[in-house]
Amino acid sequence: MKVLVFWIFAAALWMLLFWSANPAVIAGGCLAGLVVSLAMRPLLPDNLGRLLDVRRWFWAALFVPYFLYYVVRANLDIMLRVLNPDLPIRPGIVKLRTNLQSPMARMFLANSISLTPGTLTIDLDGQDLYVHWINISTDEPDRRGELIVGKFEPLLRRIFE
Amino acid sequence: MLERIGYIVIGIGVAFEILGCIGLIRLSDVYDRAVAATKCVTMGTCMMLCGVALFGAASGNWSMLVKAVICALFVLLTSPVAAHAVLRGAYLSGVPMAHTGAEDGFAQRAGELRRQHQANGQPAESAGQEQEASHEEA
Repeated sequence: MKVLVFWIFAAALWMLLFWSANPAVIAGGCLAGLVVSLAMRPLLPDNLGRLLDVRRWFWAALFVPYFLYYVVRANLDIMLRVLNPDLPIRPGIVKLRTNLQSPMARMFLANSISLTPGTLTIDLDGQDLYVHWINISTDEPDRRGELIVGKFEPLLRRIFE
Repeated sequence: MLERIGYIVIGIGVAFEILGCIGLIRLSDVYDRAVAATKCVTMGTCMMLCGVALFGAASGNWSMLVKAVICALFVLLTSPVAAHAVLRGAYLSGVPMAHTGAEDGFAQRAGELRRQHQANGQPAESAGQEQEASHEEA
């Protein structure tokens, strides 16, 4: 079932990228989609019923502009740091915990952290996140979690769990 | 009109790419550089692709718009993963952080990972082990 859904998705993506209804393109898309979805089978998420939940899509639609806002802020932050003659940085790697359970949500959390101001996820091990932070602004563990993980955790929980 | 906005968006994208390059030169080690490069290059590339999509919309070339948007989504999804892989690889093969005395919450886990690799019969690079020793001293 999940292979079928992913197959349709992959074939549709192929056809969008080719942007033609040539029979050869459609056949190629179906074939490539089948190969990819079979090869990725162990990696695909199990509970596809969630795809039909409207509330999840609502939160996902809310997540996109929220995330893009932080991407822009991250870039302005890097701009100010890099152009500042004093180069105000205090880099280090911090260890954080997340309460998210599903692997998909954790993956999105790690990717979101990588694109938001001054932080980059190095590794993800169960509930532990190892984050390189270019300007460690506080030494309290709770405050750190709030600053880095807390921005996205509530929304991602509503989308994926 | 749309075309003009497209030019502006591409210009902003190029400006952020330049900032990313300045960051690459000014920052001191691979970890800081990856932070600057990932963010600025991701957003710069996405904005250029958005500009291209606007060109497509202006000229009625819908395939251009769809392809540019799909490419922008791919860049947005893959560049943080690539940055993670680069940094993790750099750390595990023993690249030190330039700032001495910097906080390092990853040392313990990295040690475990290296031991796992050794247990699986893959010889760890000698450079990695030396670095591990120097991390412990610090």
